[in-house]
Amino acid sequence: QLDHGCALHTAARAGLSSVSTQDVPAEKPRVVFHTSESDPAKHTEQHEGRLYNIPLEEVKAVFPHGLPYRFQQQIQTFNEARVMVRRPALELLAYLKGSSFAHPAVRYVIYGERGTGKTMTLCHVVHYCSRQGWLVLHVPDAHLWVKNCKELLQSSYNKERLDQPLQASVWLKNFKTSNERFLQEIKTQKKYMWGKRESTEEGRPLGEVVEQGLARVRSASDAVGVLLREIKQQSHRGSFRLLVAVDGVNALWGRTTLRKEDKSPVSPEELTLVHNLRKMLRNDWSGGAIVTTLSQTGSLFKPSSAYTPHELLGKEGFDALDPFVPIPVANYSPREFESCYGYYLERKWLQHEKAHTEDGKAELQFLSGSNPRQLARLAGPL
Amino acid sequence: TLRLICTTTTVQRKNVGASGPGKYTEAFIKNQIEEFNLGKRHLANMMGEDPETFTQEDIDRAIAYLFPSGLFDKQARPMMKHPTEVFPEQRKIQWGEDGRPFHFLFYTGKQSYYSLMHETYEKFLNVQKHQDQLIAQDLPLQKEKRNLAGSRWLTKIELEEMLLEKLSDDDYSRFIQLLQKLVALPCADIEESYIQKFSKEVPVQSQKLVIEPLQYDEQGVAFSTGEGKRKTAIATAVVYDNGTGKITVNGTDILHYFPVLQDREQLLFPFQFLGRIGKHDMVCTVSGGGRSAQAGAIRLASAKALRSFVTEKEVEFMRQAGLLTVDPRVKERKKPGQEGPRRKFTWKKR
Repeated sequence: QLDHGCALHTAARAGLSSVSTQDVPAEKPRVVFHTSESDPAKHTEQHEGRLYNIPLEEVKAVFPHGLPYRFQQQIQTFNEARVMVRRPALELLAYLKGSSFAHPAVRYVIYGERGTGKTMTLCHVVHYCSRQGWLVLHVPDAHLWVKNCKELLQSSYNKERLDQPLQASVWLKNFKTSNERFLQEIKTQKKYMWGKRESTEEGRPLGEVVEQGLARVRSASDAVGVLLREIKQQSHRGSFRLLVAVDGVNALWGRTTLRKEDKSPVSPEELTLVHNLRKMLRNDWSGGAIVTTLSQTGSLFKPSSAYTPHELLGKEGFDALDPFVPIPVANYSPREFESCYGYYLERKWLQHEKAHTEDGKAELQFLSGSNPRQLARLAGPL
Repeated sequence: TLRLICTTTTVQRKNVGASGPGKYTEAFIKNQIEEFNLGKRHLANMMGEDPETFTQEDIDRAIAYLFPSGLFDKQARPMMKHPTEVFPEQRKIQWGEDGRPFHFLFYTGKQSYYSLMHETYEKFLNVQKHQDQLIAQDLPLQKEKRNLAGSRWLTKIELEEMLLEKLSDDDYSRFIQLLQKLVALPCADIEESYIQKFSKEVPVQSQKLVIEPLQYDEQGVAFSTGEGKRKTAIATAVVYDNGTGKITVNGTDILHYFPVLQDREQLLFPFQFLGRIGKHDMVCTVSGGGRSAQAGAIRLASAKALRSFVTEKEVEFMRQAGLLTVDPRVKERKKPGQEGPRRKFTWKKR
């Protein structure tokens, strides 16, 4: 495919416009931002504000569980996955490209108001890393692990902790789909006992650990723990790069809605999954990066106006994550807004007659406040 | 026929005078007047003011002070007025001791009406004679047009009040037609004083809303303020020119202050109507009321502020669109015997 990245430079700011691969109406000079540069590695500021396409097979392979629900619906409707290239994502990618992997892993925290595109930024980074061949440890939403859990088992490994077999098995399944080849390459370094009879010998591929976790659901959380520990230890050696991507990281340090059988509340440390994940987030390993997102929407017991790291993580979380690089994500800039609006128009998502006019566009911008989520919700019924 | 639009409550009562030799005799009325004057002096003494210069306004104030009342209807409250205002005018007995009526048109039934018609026609003939004289002398006819737009004729009820007898619609329309004919003549200025007895000023036209001019702040950006109310919520809005369409409410963005789409649509309406969505910035403060009321109040305030930026025609359009009217709906009072303002208690058959 030809790269339609050739730009017509207009005055002052780089008002870039490019003709899309699809039909172009001859009546008015409409600027639609598309780029067929589907490798995130090659995205630069030139591509800011544009939408790039991810082939559907890749979507299934890379993001079995990462994308927001509404975006998945959009993919189904439009039959293609278009992600906008935005400045925070470009910033992060620049850092990742420039970071050296001998140093301890750098932590990045993406934060911002509700509906500004934090999860999408994370997915963009995950896509980049998977294209580059990293091992991606993607936790779609840590809030799922601290609330609405039907089964809590007492952990066999450590008496005080609690297991969550269902969540762990779901996560293992998704992990398997996204990182098939690594599971064959990485070998265990220790012997692990699953209960009295089963065990995994040293030097077996990690795929076996995953199979074990999926087959024996009771020990799924322990399997997850083993997986995480192995990966962490081996990323030191540099045979692969590791990306730890956690969405809704503030769930790990907040409160839970779960209760033990004697109705006493469970704190996050008592959950195996959370405990292991916290160990991953400590930057005592090198050879990769940690990218996390704060999320207010799923968070428990936090006011709805809180969006800064300090408010959402609490003191404990903030100290644990302390040296991190904050990356704020804001609402759409005017150009990004135009490109999103142009995309909806082009896909014939906005059916209302007035939506095609300038006035309609101004109205949409006003009513949504250039917030991506509000815009998507507004454009739905139109 | 001229139709009545609104009636005064005092005149809605039946014209007591027309029902025969009245219940209030002259002596009685005189008595009442004397008592009123005495009472006025007593009241002045009580309030510590000078009895000589005690006006009706002072009386009203004193009564309101001495007899405070929480009733909503002003006419239900205690009042002290001159007997001529309190007791309706009546016709005195119109025949003498021998039974012979005083007025020559008494037996027509509507003596004052017919005498009025006769008088008016007399004036009409007068004017015509004068006109003929002027034509005979070849003098130019005076053509000063009366200001018809600012005045209206007396309504039927007002005329009834004046004549102290009932009229029919037909009679009234005939009288008005005669008056109009009289006014149409070029030399009607002679009888101007007579005609003025039957016409009234329409005060509404003289009041016109003044649109404030734009003010300019330090950087030379034009701005204007407006205030709005809706159902216990009051809002003040300052609209700046040369803006990007950003709106701040009480220090926070509208997206945070009004999470509901409906409220934001209300805010959008004045700008969208004028087609100036992205051109103005707005800073507003609002307090009281609920979510919807605050949105409505800000909408009114911003519409009022935008009047200064816009031509008069567009102001008229805004007014017709209802952007500039204060919404009079407030919470209705709960009545005794009912559960709410309209809802009655559950009806049980037994």
